[in-house]
Amino acid sequence: MDSVIELNDVVAVLGQFPALAGANLQVSRGEIVLLQGPNGAGKTSILRVCAGLLPIERGSGRVLGIDLVAQRDEVRSRVGLLGHSNGLYLDLTVDQNVRFWASMVNATEEEIVRAMSLMRIDGRLSSVKTARLSAGQRRRCALASLIVRRAEIWLLDEPHAGLDAQGRDELDIVLRNAVFAGATIVLASHEMERASALATRVVTVDGGGVQ
Amino acid sequence: MSSVKSRRTIAVAVARKDLSIEWNSRILTNQVAPFAAIVMVMFAFALDNEGILQRVAPGLMWLATLFSMLIVVQRSFTVESADGALDALRVAGVDTGAIFVGKSLALMVQLFVLEILLLATAVVLYGVEMTAVGLLEAFVTMVVATAGLGCVGTLYGGLAAGAKGRETLLPLLLLPVVAPVLIGATRATEAAFGSGGTAVSEGWPWIGLLAVFAVIFAVAGTVAFGPLVDE
Amino acid sequence: MTPNSGTGTSATRRLGVLVIVLVISLALFGLQFSAEDVVQGSTVRIMYVHVPSIWTAYIAFFLTAVCSGVYLSRRQRSLAWDRVAGASAEIGVLFVAVSLVTGSLWGRLTWGTYWVWDARLTSTAFLFITYVGYLAVRRLDGTHRQRARRSSVMALLAVLEIPLVHFSVNLWRSLHQDASVADPNAKVKLDGLMLFSLFLGLVTFTLLFVWLVLHRQRTMLLEDSFADRGLDVAIAERRNEAGVQ
Repeated sequence: MDSVIELNDVVAVLGQFPALAGANLQVSRGEIVLLQGPNGAGKTSILRVCAGLLPIERGSGRVLGIDLVAQRDEVRSRVGLLGHSNGLYLDLTVDQNVRFWASMVNATEEEIVRAMSLMRIDGRLSSVKTARLSAGQRRRCALASLIVRRAEIWLLDEPHAGLDAQGRDELDIVLRNAVFAGATIVLASHEMERASALATRVVTVDGGGVQ
Repeated sequence: MSSVKSRRTIAVAVARKDLSIEWNSRILTNQVAPFAAIVMVMFAFALDNEGILQRVAPGLMWLATLFSMLIVVQRSFTVESADGALDALRVAGVDTGAIFVGKSLALMVQLFVLEILLLATAVVLYGVEMTAVGLLEAFVTMVVATAGLGCVGTLYGGLAAGAKGRETLLPLLLLPVVAPVLIGATRATEAAFGSGGTAVSEGWPWIGLLAVFAVIFAVAGTVAFGPLVDE
Repeated sequence: MTPNSGTGTSATRRLGVLVIVLVISLALFGLQFSAEDVVQGSTVRIMYVHVPSIWTAYIAFFLTAVCSGVYLSRRQRSLAWDRVAGASAEIGVLFVAVSLVTGSLWGRLTWGTYWVWDARLTSTAFLFITYVGYLAVRRLDGTHRQRARRSSVMALLAVLEIPLVHFSVNLWRSLHQDASVADPNAKVKLDGLMLFSLFLGLVTFTLLFVWLVLHRQRTMLLEDSFADRGLDVAIAERRNEAGVQ
């Protein structure tokens, strides 16, 4: 099995605080891995390390064969991270936001339309400023941008949060389709039942490490 | 696989995005422009002498520009950190040099609009008069000076953005650096206005200085922006 | 060098003794042996502190730039380069401040004003502010590496800015022919002994600078090690959180 993520005894710090205190993780291609654990355990930090955003202070890591210590920057274009924030420009409309992200990669008009309709943000909603949307709607907007980017690894931090039941179902379908198309997913979620039904493997994170 | 578009396309998209944000939110027209105008009025209160005001109008105009620039730069980066957008751009591996160019261009456009307003205010409030050549010189000065300000503002704005306690760093870092622009732009504008008997021809060398400044920081900024903004 | 001893080694102690000797010599030559100036009288003696100070500051900032460049260029990046860059800048700022204060006092005694808008003084003031900004950026949050990268880039940007400002200010002041050389330094005629004292001053201050940088970058190393040790403790505590909830 092709290993796409490898973290070995990773220590990562936020200022002086060790967000990760020796984390080990191994993810193979095509998996949907659920990170579960209490708040402050380090789930978000693991995702950020894998995205090449949070530097590794001690230990080593590889994502898609790329060394996270030496070549952190190169990981980024191949990985999609959806954190607590949505990465949206609040003064722009839904449509403007998705199209901006689409213009960062070679997304076709088809792909844009498809992504927006999948997340049900086309139609009336598309011309609303994202500042005026509900949390769930903003989430869908962010997910549409993620879809359009066609990343090989999806790192999702509480993706179901703020979505209604229908939205959650749709998200699950989107995620399964993404894996079917070759992506690998790591998600952190408190939605125990739904997420573990979706996931191929569950991993517990606590005290800045993986148990 | 997502393939990233050319740097030029990215820069244009980023510039467009910033200007769309400004268009949608009208911060420049509703908040910054009135602020700049008020600053010009307050100068009149403080200096209380029409002869002096007319004489120092160029300096006052550029001072008002620099003070307003601090606000505009901060705004430029607040929109990026409000919902983690710049973070997301970096995660997507978007070329930071291109982001720098895009944001600089948008900043230049906004500052230029502001400067035109300030020029008009100076003409109205301070009794400035210009010949046709002078007006041309004033415009060229504004274009070249703004190019430099846009670059340097984006560069240090990126560094001073986001995390706690950083915003107050912006004036400390930015104002010393733009001293050459203040000196050059004011002297060139004095020539354009004919203040204190300065000939129009004396302004062009200063514009040369402004051009050098702009080129240096356009290049330096494109290279340095990524490392300064990255965590 | 253990944490319990100071940051001195036998080399720095020898250097320190040499510096003390030189400082005493400088004081003697500067205050006593060398002649007074024809025009300024005794106030010219400020020169023996003022000129070496600014000279040392330039050396300091040059060192900062070089170390920052090296840090950024090498594959194998030792943080020592960044520490020396930072220590050097700190001492440099100190010496610029001394230069500004002594220059101001000198001007006061010679011309009656604490400040004149001449090119040199204005450029020096900008030098000061620029590196105060550099030091402020050094104190931002982050890991040692983040700090090192940010600071190195800032130092190289300063190398671009300083000449630009210097050039602009010179151009600016050259417009005002009447307020030209208001630098007391320029009008002093130096005889042999005065020249020697000045040279002595340069040597003394340079060695003092070296001594200060050596110690400062060692204390920085200690500070960083202390923070790292703090990290070890924090890591252990963090691991213990697991399962306690």
